[in-house]
Amino acid sequence: MLRSKRLIAVTSAASAALLIMAGVAATASSAASVPKVPMASTLGKGEGALNIVIWAGYAENGSNDKTADWVHPFEKATGCKVNAKVGNTSDEMVTLMKSGGYDGVSASGDATLRLIYGGVVAPVNTSLIPNYATVSSFLKNKGWNSVGGQMYGVPHGWGANVLAYNTSVVKPAPTSWGAVFDANSPYKGKITAYDSPIYIADAALYLMKTKPSLGIKNPYALDNTQFNAVVALLKTQKNIVGEYWSDASKSIQSFESKNTLLGTAWQYNVNVLTSDKKVKVGAIVPKEGSTGWSDTWMIAAKAAHPNCMYKWMNWIISPKVNAQVAEWFGESPSQTKSCSFTADKNFCTSYHATDAAYAKNIYYWTTPTSACLDGRTNVTCKDYAAWTQAWTTIKG
Amino acid sequence: MFWLVVAYLGSLATMFASAFWTVDSFTGNIVRHFNFGNFQILFTQSVYRVIAVRSLTVAVLVTLFDALIAIPIAFFMAKVLSQRLRNFAIVIIILPLWASYLVKTYAWRTMFSDGGVLVWLLKPFHINPPGYGLFATTLTLAYLWLPYMILPIYAGLERLPDSLLEASSDLGASAGKTFRQVIIPIIYPSIIAGSLFTFSLTLGDYIVVKIVGGKSQLMANVVYDNVGTAGNLPFAAAAALFPIATILGYLYFVRRSGALENF
Repeated sequence: MLRSKRLIAVTSAASAALLIMAGVAATASSAASVPKVPMASTLGKGEGALNIVIWAGYAENGSNDKTADWVHPFEKATGCKVNAKVGNTSDEMVTLMKSGGYDGVSASGDATLRLIYGGVVAPVNTSLIPNYATVSSFLKNKGWNSVGGQMYGVPHGWGANVLAYNTSVVKPAPTSWGAVFDANSPYKGKITAYDSPIYIADAALYLMKTKPSLGIKNPYALDNTQFNAVVALLKTQKNIVGEYWSDASKSIQSFESKNTLLGTAWQYNVNVLTSDKKVKVGAIVPKEGSTGWSDTWMIAAKAAHPNCMYKWMNWIISPKVNAQVAEWFGESPSQTKSCSFTADKNFCTSYHATDAAYAKNIYYWTTPTSACLDGRTNVTCKDYAAWTQAWTTIKG
Repeated sequence: MFWLVVAYLGSLATMFASAFWTVDSFTGNIVRHFNFGNFQILFTQSVYRVIAVRSLTVAVLVTLFDALIAIPIAFFMAKVLSQRLRNFAIVIIILPLWASYLVKTYAWRTMFSDGGVLVWLLKPFHINPPGYGLFATTLTLAYLWLPYMILPIYAGLERLPDSLLEASSDLGASAGKTFRQVIIPIIYPSIIAGSLFTFSLTLGDYIVVKIVGGKSQLMANVVYDNVGTAGNLPFAAAAALFPIATILGYLYFVRRSGALENF
């Protein structure tokens, strides 16, 4: 008994010490300026290994499908053994990258700025990546992958979030996102929505096109009034939603069991559903346009294998590999030369791969910040932390 | 032992300390500046109260449900089965724990789906089972944690001498009276021990509700969303203090009631 009392005393002392240490380590909040992270100027030999954080399907080694393998050829060509960790959401990817131990990441636009301003990733010297020259120009030097004209990665590919629906039940076929926001929907309880704060932008996009009086210019730049209207719409939507999905397999299973009849999906989910042939599913980009993603391969500021990461960035945007990965995932390749390497010769046309006008109609995932992204300076916008808290409130 | 305590309580203390920090909303870096902001949000925004009450209700229901099923099973095992069959029954009870938690949860997802086995089973009775939601979550959790309730109660019943039951009946007590006044007081500590498992495991679970909960969320989802989604570790730490405080309160209540004196 005495012994255990002493133990408790020692432990509380240790905990107190921890608390004090924590106090000493206190630092002030950092301003929104980009931390200086050195950029590579030359490339050496590969380090023999590469640890990357990826979206599911971005680094196939033939284990899912024997024909989909661009990891083994890379390992053979460069000697860099690839160890890929799948991140399920952008937010998980940011957390993984912050935890260290990874050389690079395929980050979407709602993660890139957080990584850049957090000092987690380094600027990329594009002159060291020969294949970069022929990447679609409308993907270069964009708000989500560069700061002040300096690229922080190489564009991987892009696509739109589509409205998927069960074609044998949902009639007439939807043409507008209104189908998933209609409080009197005949498909009440069979509608799905994406389980992430970034989905707030989908509702914002719908209101931007249907309620001009709110004056939304960019679904990622919402001031207080606009934000409240969007949150109210999503709260109404909750009544008709059957479930929220966050991983692709759950969405696919739900469509196949007919628990879900319509809702937002990735082209990838639709492709799997189509090849499974259990239900007939159609997918459209509704007339309001769509939110979407544009992914960027970024290199960690503290990468242990920087040369292998540069080799990977060059590999993944090389014409043949970029075509393979784009077709496997169901997205548009960033490499303009990829279009002649796709198995389906119409692939680039059906995905509008080199169609800059189409790409413009997609509102790519971007991290909302308190400085409004649409350039307004007379109001402050809701930042991502506010979006996250609102998302909890919406789900209730 | 010493290092175990330091590592265990030390990490809890660190979590407690970080609950008073905040994160830079844009870069997501932790700002080590002492303040009560997280708790202010947790206590003032009604949504967190709603989620807390919902989580508690689910935890209580899961515990009650498990206790109701576990007591007869444990009694049957300890008092009716022969020694050989008893060992066999224990293996059967433990067997589901060898299978992956996710597999079992996804199996329930399939059962609760439209056209799933539950719909098919209840169709002749004109009952439409509720789909994904809190009911499915409660049932799945009760299924998952059932062995944790059966085993302590079984252990308690095994120590109960048969002669006590015989004496009770010799003295004229009915089966119900024996159950209420002899069996329950003796296995009460075992039920409490089992309930600690089911209660705390339920309060900490976020996966089941994500898979079969439809659009619902529990307190652990708030923790998870703030770790995984928002990268807001301080807020997650603050929210994680809720299950800890609840369990501590429960333990205190149990101690005060004297249930664990002979345990």
